[in-house]
Amino acid sequence: MAGFKSTEKYIATRDLEVAVNAAVTLQRPLLVKGEPGTGKTVLAHEVAAALGLPLIEWHVKSTTKAQQGLYEYDAVSRLRDGQLGDPRVHDIGNYIVRGKLWDAFEADEQVVVLIDEVDKADIEFPNDLLLELDRMQFFVYETRKTIAAKHRPVVIITSNNEKELPDAFLRRCFFHYIRFPDRETMERIVQAHYPDIRKDLAREALNVFFQVRDVPGLKKKPATSELLDWLKLLMVEDLPVEALRTKEKQVVIPPLYGALLKNEQDVHLFERLAFLARRGG
Amino acid sequence: MFSHLVLALRSAGLPASITEHLTLMAAMKAGVAEYSIEDFYYLARATLVKDERHLDKFDRVFAHCFKGLEPPEGVKVEDLPEEWLRKLAEKMLSPEEMEKIEALGGFDAIMNRLKELLEEQKGRHQGGSKWIGTAGTSPFGAYGYNPEGVRIGQEESRHRRAVKVWDKREYRDLDDTVELGTRGMKMALRRLRRFARQGAATELDIADTIRSTANNAGTLDLKMVPERHNTVKVLLFLDVGGSMDDHVRLTEELFSAARTEFKHLEYYYFHNFPYEKVWKNNRRRFEETIPTWQVLRTYGPDYKLIIVGDAAMSPYEITMQGGSVEHFNDEPGTVWLERLSSHYRRSAWLNPTPRQSWGHVRSITMVNDLMEGRMFPLTVNGIDEMTRDLSR
Repeated sequence: MAGFKSTEKYIATRDLEVAVNAAVTLQRPLLVKGEPGTGKTVLAHEVAAALGLPLIEWHVKSTTKAQQGLYEYDAVSRLRDGQLGDPRVHDIGNYIVRGKLWDAFEADEQVVVLIDEVDKADIEFPNDLLLELDRMQFFVYETRKTIAAKHRPVVIITSNNEKELPDAFLRRCFFHYIRFPDRETMERIVQAHYPDIRKDLAREALNVFFQVRDVPGLKKKPATSELLDWLKLLMVEDLPVEALRTKEKQVVIPPLYGALLKNEQDVHLFERLAFLARRGG
Repeated sequence: MFSHLVLALRSAGLPASITEHLTLMAAMKAGVAEYSIEDFYYLARATLVKDERHLDKFDRVFAHCFKGLEPPEGVKVEDLPEEWLRKLAEKMLSPEEMEKIEALGGFDAIMNRLKELLEEQKGRHQGGSKWIGTAGTSPFGAYGYNPEGVRIGQEESRHRRAVKVWDKREYRDLDDTVELGTRGMKMALRRLRRFARQGAATELDIADTIRSTANNAGTLDLKMVPERHNTVKVLLFLDVGGSMDDHVRLTEELFSAARTEFKHLEYYYFHNFPYEKVWKNNRRRFEETIPTWQVLRTYGPDYKLIIVGDAAMSPYEITMQGGSVEHFNDEPGTVWLERLSSHYRRSAWLNPTPRQSWGHVRSITMVNDLMEGRMFPLTVNGIDEMTRDLSR
């Protein structure tokens, strides 16, 4: 099987490549954590593309139950059909609704399953999936059938660290923490996304970006996805490079800051700093 | 094979298990890491570490295991506060000297020289931090001058490129025994979440539906039950002013983390020790005080009481009538703390000063005894312990 490597659109560091390849080779789930906006979800898309496999996405919300990923038994419609005398009611299988994992297990080829933001769900959610992810099979109580994976899927799980995950769950996974990219990696990422960006614009924009990230006390530091949005805006607006250029160490509010700063406290902080810088300079 | 790594990790307090060790072996056998030590490091990290808090520890243990390095005695260079070094450098070096350093062949040359010096120094005075003072002008000047700092832990070796990676200890910030950011605290505070059924009816209650349908002579009668909601109630007492000024920032961080976590969160301020009066608005703390009795009456025993304070004060402020520094209190502080902790079924005291120093301050020991040992340090670990204790 072809290994996972950085692609034209997605720059993976060597440690991420090793982690993904280990998970794919040993057919274990890969748990990916990291700052928001560092490409955790995109990773699954890229892995699927690199391995040439279809992707099944399961986005977890605070109300999601583990069972919903396997199947759901629609008791209400069966009760209603029972009252209306619908013949379908005699087969309980008619009221079993398949979940994402069932789809993945029954697929005719190997697939990539993304379980996105697993920490959003109830604290018991990962525990309820232990056996299913370990053996890649589950038992449908209503129909007395065991659904086992025809091909063990590649499972990628992302977490934003809002909840701690149980040890038993962690033990079954490979783990990778996506660090915030350093300048060099960031340049490669920008190149990958906007190959035709002007060199000077990219350089100045990265200067401003890392300067913004270094400002102490920011509530939400801008991440890769914000940088890419901002660069796109800059390119569309076709701003002159001079607009970004600043005097040494001076803090200014970057143009089109709406793409970088995502809450009003941060914008205020910047206005204050810029004011102080003007007064001091 | 490599079992010494797993054993070393375990003795360093990393929860690596046999399962994970076997997984690592299987991955090695499957040729994931092939023959590159760097890949092996990445693979071992992905297999054995499951939490970014432990990455730094892992790096240290890994370096230790695969280099045969003895951990240095005494103060480690990496552990010296960077701020301090930078200050030192600024003091020691004039701008001219900095220029001279540049002229000497740039940074690499200086680094090599520094490395040599360090080797020498290690030989002469084992461990201690003394040599930093003596070597002030050149090597440490260079240290401070370079905004990135020098990775002094780094040693030459055959696998130079790889060694760099773990010697950099990039994950130091994520170690949970030292760092305390808002994000880390949020995580710990979430442990307080207790799920109880309350709120709008959104889930089908099958048992009740069957019962009422049967009662209804077979006509379907759907019954719903409420969805689960977060119902933890927290009462926060925050120490302000006086000896707490150093810790105000930390306290505010905890406060902002807590605020988004609970639907029912009430907070009050006090100074040094909770007596008969507390207040809500710090700016008007002398005009708008609220009797502590009123707080006790308003918020029932199901609230979880968290007191944040450094508990550093004169013992008289705790035990004596009229001991408060700000006013004359009719009842000693002990009475009030006992009253609070007996009213609230679950209470805890969070202390921003590090646990190691508690034993040296008499009042901290006293408060800890009054709280029956439920005093926790204000670190992610401490909050974790506290929330576990509170939700038991």
